[in-house]
Amino acid sequence: MKEKNWLKSYGLIILTGIVVGIAALVLTAVGNPKNMGFCIACFERDIAGALGLHSAGKVQYMRPEIIGIVLGSMVAALAAKEFRARAGSSPAIRFVLGLFVMIGALVFLGCPLRMVIRLGGGDLTAVIGLLGFLAGILVGVVFLKKGFSLGRAYSVRKSEGFMLPGVMVVLLVLLVAAPQLLKFSEEGPGSMRAFWIISLVAGLVVGLLAQRSRLCMAGGLRDAFMLRDFTLLSGFLAIWITITIGNLIMGKYNLGMLSQPIAHTQHLWSFLGMALAGWGSILLGGCPLRQLILAGEGNGDSAVTVLGMVVGAAIAHNFGMAGNPDSVVDGVYKVGGTSTVGMVAVVLGFVVLAAISVTHLPGKENA
Amino acid sequence: MVDTRGLSCPIPVVMVQQAIKKDAPAKLEVLADAKVAVENITRLATTNGYQVSVVEDGLDFKLTLTK
Repeated sequence: MKEKNWLKSYGLIILTGIVVGIAALVLTAVGNPKNMGFCIACFERDIAGALGLHSAGKVQYMRPEIIGIVLGSMVAALAAKEFRARAGSSPAIRFVLGLFVMIGALVFLGCPLRMVIRLGGGDLTAVIGLLGFLAGILVGVVFLKKGFSLGRAYSVRKSEGFMLPGVMVVLLVLLVAAPQLLKFSEEGPGSMRAFWIISLVAGLVVGLLAQRSRLCMAGGLRDAFMLRDFTLLSGFLAIWITITIGNLIMGKYNLGMLSQPIAHTQHLWSFLGMALAGWGSILLGGCPLRQLILAGEGNGDSAVTVLGMVVGAAIAHNFGMAGNPDSVVDGVYKVGGTSTVGMVAVVLGFVVLAAISVTHLPGKENA
Repeated sequence: MVDTRGLSCPIPVVMVQQAIKKDAPAKLEVLADAKVAVENITRLATTNGYQVSVVEDGLDFKLTLTK
């Protein structure tokens, strides 16, 4: 009986974690960048580039994984009768939070999902990111316990709920039927891509399972700290373990800090970037992956958050805030990391998040 | 009655957690409008020794937590 309950509680979320891990490994094997089979921040940044919102030539591609995740979530939500168009919970604030979550993630070089994928590849610089993510989540939890809320959302017309999935369909049509209208990288991470049908199917499967299991990278740690509920955390750990085992089997596990794929050793800013992403994710109610899933379920506020993240990615690259990976130039190891502008943006992000956190506590309704 | 309708995850479960901590009521009624909130509240309540019954009311859910 106990075994049955355990399976009921943890079976689907662990299965989702394993599938996400396998999907990341497969996508990397068939063309996606190393330790980046699935990265929500990086792929939304690539989409921003494909649309010409930024002109960083190395990170431009219409990533079908993102399209698939939103559409997979929509299909799952419709099938389970969970699709509900709703909006109105501080959309402008969510846009700004999405923007800063993206800037923090790009300073680190990856969203929380890629952080776990990097950990699974043996990239120890991601441990610094994990510590920062934990710190940001703990700060967010303090405000949650004090009663932080962005307010209620309300039922709206169905067209609002179908807007982001609709945008994703248009992007897919552009990718397949009119790629000449888009910008595609010829070198760098944006040029490394799996065949689009494989990416789309991987996205659809992950979107479907993540909608059913409620997988969330930030939610896992938040629930463990705040509620002593380890359900979502088990999905987080399942991804980590699956990718670690997969990389060990394929001989691609490289334990260390130096020369890790698309990563830097500017540790302080890795920590702070992910702290910003963690705190912002807690205020938003979920990590970047979860925002895509919620948008697929008809949540207009999450759709606005996703758009904020895309704009944040464009800003990060237009103003040189995104981290640069470490590299070897003429045989000399060159430490990458973010620029002064990126550091200022992260600090500004903390100030904005603090202001939003404080002004959305009970008793501050007129703030 | 704790009304969590329209509030995004994890606020509903935090509200219920605080209501349980504050008074440890023998019976608590909760309104929710998302399946994920129902799941999370049910998990929390069960862990805290409550039995949970859920009734669908249109697009909303009414949860009754009893000890």
